[in-house]
Amino acid sequence: MSDVTADPRFAAGRAAPRRRLRLSWSDPTFRAIVWQVLIVGLVGLVLWYLVRNTNQNLAARHIATGFGFLDRVAGIPIGETLVPYNPAVNTYGRALIVGVLNTLKVAVVGIVLATLLGTVIGIGRLSSNWLLSKLTAFYVETLRDIPLLLQLLFWYTVLQGLPAPRQAIRLGEVFLSNRGIKVPLLEIQSAHEWAFLAFVIGLVATVLWNRRAARQQAATGVRPRVWPVAIGLLIGLPLVVWAVLGAPLTFEVPVLRGFNFQGGGTLSPEYFALLLGLVTYTAAYIAEIVRSGIQAVPQGQWEAAGALGLRSGMVLRKVILPQALRVIVPPMTSQYLNLTKNSSLAVAIGYQDIVSIANTTLNQTGQAIEGIAVIMAVYLTISLSISLFMNWYNAHIALVER
Amino acid sequence: MSDTVATADPGYAAARERPPAGLVGPWAWARANLFSSWWSTAITLLLVYVILRALFGFVEWAFVNAIWTVPYNAQGRPDTAVCQNAKGIGACWAIITDKYRLILFGRYPYEEQWRPAICVVLFIGLYVVSAMRRFWRKELALIWVGTLAVIGVLMWGGVFGLQEVPEDYWGGLPITLILATFGLAFAFPLAVLVALGRRSRLPAIKLLCVLYVELIRGVPLISVLFMASVMFPLFMPAGVNVDKLLRAQIAFILFAGAYLAEVVRGGLQALPKGQGEAADALGLPYWKKTGLIILPQALRLVIPPLVNTFIGFFKDTSLVLIIGLFDLLTMGKVALSDPPWQSFSTEVYVVLAIIYICFCFAMSKYSRGLERELNRARRR
Amino acid sequence: MSQAALADAPIPHKIDANAPPAIVLDKVNKWYGTMHVLRDVTMTVAAQERVVVCGPSGSGKSTMIRCINRLETHQEGRIVVDGTELTDDLRALDTIRREVGMVFQSFNLFPHLTILENCTLAPIWVRKMPKAEAEELAMSYLTRVKIPDQAKKYPGQLSGGQQQRVAIARALCMKPKIMLFDEPTSALDPEMIKEVLDTMIGLAESGMTMVCVTHEMGFARQVADRVVFMDRGEIVESGTPQRMFEDPQTDRLKLFLSQILRGH
Repeated sequence: MSDVTADPRFAAGRAAPRRRLRLSWSDPTFRAIVWQVLIVGLVGLVLWYLVRNTNQNLAARHIATGFGFLDRVAGIPIGETLVPYNPAVNTYGRALIVGVLNTLKVAVVGIVLATLLGTVIGIGRLSSNWLLSKLTAFYVETLRDIPLLLQLLFWYTVLQGLPAPRQAIRLGEVFLSNRGIKVPLLEIQSAHEWAFLAFVIGLVATVLWNRRAARQQAATGVRPRVWPVAIGLLIGLPLVVWAVLGAPLTFEVPVLRGFNFQGGGTLSPEYFALLLGLVTYTAAYIAEIVRSGIQAVPQGQWEAAGALGLRSGMVLRKVILPQALRVIVPPMTSQYLNLTKNSSLAVAIGYQDIVSIANTTLNQTGQAIEGIAVIMAVYLTISLSISLFMNWYNAHIALVER
Repeated sequence: MSDTVATADPGYAAARERPPAGLVGPWAWARANLFSSWWSTAITLLLVYVILRALFGFVEWAFVNAIWTVPYNAQGRPDTAVCQNAKGIGACWAIITDKYRLILFGRYPYEEQWRPAICVVLFIGLYVVSAMRRFWRKELALIWVGTLAVIGVLMWGGVFGLQEVPEDYWGGLPITLILATFGLAFAFPLAVLVALGRRSRLPAIKLLCVLYVELIRGVPLISVLFMASVMFPLFMPAGVNVDKLLRAQIAFILFAGAYLAEVVRGGLQALPKGQGEAADALGLPYWKKTGLIILPQALRLVIPPLVNTFIGFFKDTSLVLIIGLFDLLTMGKVALSDPPWQSFSTEVYVVLAIIYICFCFAMSKYSRGLERELNRARRR
Repeated sequence: MSQAALADAPIPHKIDANAPPAIVLDKVNKWYGTMHVLRDVTMTVAAQERVVVCGPSGSGKSTMIRCINRLETHQEGRIVVDGTELTDDLRALDTIRREVGMVFQSFNLFPHLTILENCTLAPIWVRKMPKAEAEELAMSYLTRVKIPDQAKKYPGQLSGGQQQRVAIARALCMKPKIMLFDEPTSALDPEMIKEVLDTMIGLAESGMTMVCVTHEMGFARQVADRVVFMDRGEIVESGTPQRMFEDPQTDRLKLFLSQILRGH
């Protein structure tokens, strides 16, 4: 391609003449301005009308606007919290923060689990085993055709149908009852903290070793093995540190006291039902994305890489996955967003996420507008963060083409 | 290398018609698709075991040990002791026989329930007609207007000697279908306008459309429904009361509009630029160009994703449960709130799931078939 | 078919008859379901021999060539490549795939890698070559196919002919003893066919063992030691290009030649 402007035979560019705006309907610029003023004005008028009505209504009902209520004591009992919270002392503001954290708790764990399950099912759909591919197809079709809310209600009743704590189903030291799933909790001692530190160090060292391996491969062609070193650093090192410090291992085991368990960690039926429903439902969509992403890579890519002598694992890593990921990432982003937004259905089964707490708040205070504004602001922030991150990632792996 | 002539015969050598044994037939098929390697065999055996266990368990629960009817006492109240005894072993379908009218039609007057029943049939007929390509003409819009009007008359009544039934008494499947269908019917034109606005060269209009679409798509449907149920009354001038169903319907339209707009925009973007340029070259003004050249092609491209979006909204109508509207799912819960039946939720949920699956599966099957057909047509 | 190539004289070439054969196919049979696609195919390719396989579409020529590096599996008979028999054994497969390079009709370059990375991928990960050495090797082959200046670009930025030449260079980077070409010019525009054929002729001059499925009769005349004509899954006739084109023995070859000459 020759660069036309650089060619000396062409005269130096002359600036385009400025167009003058004519006040005539046949002038496109004028027409565009009129259209825009008209439509923006109309939308503005409707908004002004709604705001005026709202103000009159609020005044008539003696509701004060503003976020002053955030500093008042909430008095909303919250079953599960990630940060300390006392309904008698803490404010609405803190209650809402607890709600946001509860939303994030279910969304983050849900996204990770749904991705894992969805990938497994998506690969299962591509399996050469007829039974497996039909069964996974059946899973995908069925789960996608039932409203999520119905699925959540179903899971919730299943979990509530578990026996009372006194007759809890026992799997080792794990207890399943209608009060949730009780698991033993490790009593954290300094040895565990040191072991965790050793794990972090091992992680850094593994990354460094991996880089060294890549450098060595570039220089000599032979790549030193990474995985034995990684296992040693990530598992061996923390174990050694833990053993040297006396290998303490005591668990806080849930014990039945009266009508419920004391001690141990809890997965509430509400949280577990919500997580189960969101994960199984979203996994059906993710499976389809993974399947179509892998199928989008032409068969010829497998053949060409195979013909070059690459083993199938290497073909997958170096040739197929990098291409499939480009197809997978954008729709995957919207599934992550969907999962996060769908977690708002928590309100139907009594898990106290942001929607549920904001809803209680607006019922107690009458601050409807502020309550809904809080919900929307929280979700918009989460949505924007996820899509910004995914856009960055997408640009990072984007395909250069003509 | 010496020259060789394999067959001097001008005809073709007789092919061995029969491949060696083990390459064809059901056994060959099974070997290739079920037992191709040791781990494939392991998966097959495991799955066969799991599927058979699940199937037998389900058949035993749903049919063999199921209770179909229960005795009623003098007051007409059901005696569910038999069901309570069978709990966990057999399904209690008696709740369905007892409550199916309530679940399907809600609190609509019992004697008049033939009207919502006809409406359901009309809705389904409308979907079927819309799905047939030979009806993809301008008249389809008229069919929609006509059918929806008839449905309105049937549901409300008050004319032609029909007893008047206010919306408060509507419920069940008709509510689900009304929310989904009217939602689509109104959201679709909105979506087309917004999609065009988003691709407009006028910055203010583009900004408005982007704001609308991104705001709605960034928040969950629940928050829009809450807005409709608690904030909407504040928006209206004093003394004006808007019915709950209508408020939810408006929320649905606004919500669906944003999602459909993105689907339509996808179609507009997929259309080759030359189409618009050719129309410009013919001297067509904007609205003519859009209405005659761009939209008919773009919309045809996006019918499969439109159907998929519609399936999503069909399922999402169940969310009105949270704001206390009596759709199919809510009526299921209402049926379960009757004391004798309280512990038989699985049965009700299974039946509701089957109803939803019937609608959604038919639509998704149709959408996939259509997609294949359109792809084939495009490749040609 | 390019007229210029047809006019060129055959490249003088001598095959060492005592060297072990590069490829042996012995009564190879293959079915797709009940369709018999390869019927008792028997053929020997000597080291440094250049064989052109031709035949109507659906005659099994692509299937045969794909069986040679086991992109397809045969169900009866024996295929021996460079002394190694093709079986289910993965190690044998690894050995053969290293010795046999393949060029496809649809190029099959890796779109997410640059031209240089396309060429160095296999040498680095299969031949365990240091990166610098692999890049040097790749550049030398890219120079040989006359596109060293495109090394940093991505396949999508190249023309079809350039892509196919990269594909040839990519296969050569594994230093194969045998090269298979599966209709390398069928997907190309006419003006690009010549540049790819020229590359292949250059390769033939260097003494590479080649099996080439193509309809380019000019190329066959100039380069091939032997032309093999396949139809309906079997080898119908084979011989020197001259004998085959000027004195076809079977009606099927006569028919095929008349069709292909009319077609061009």
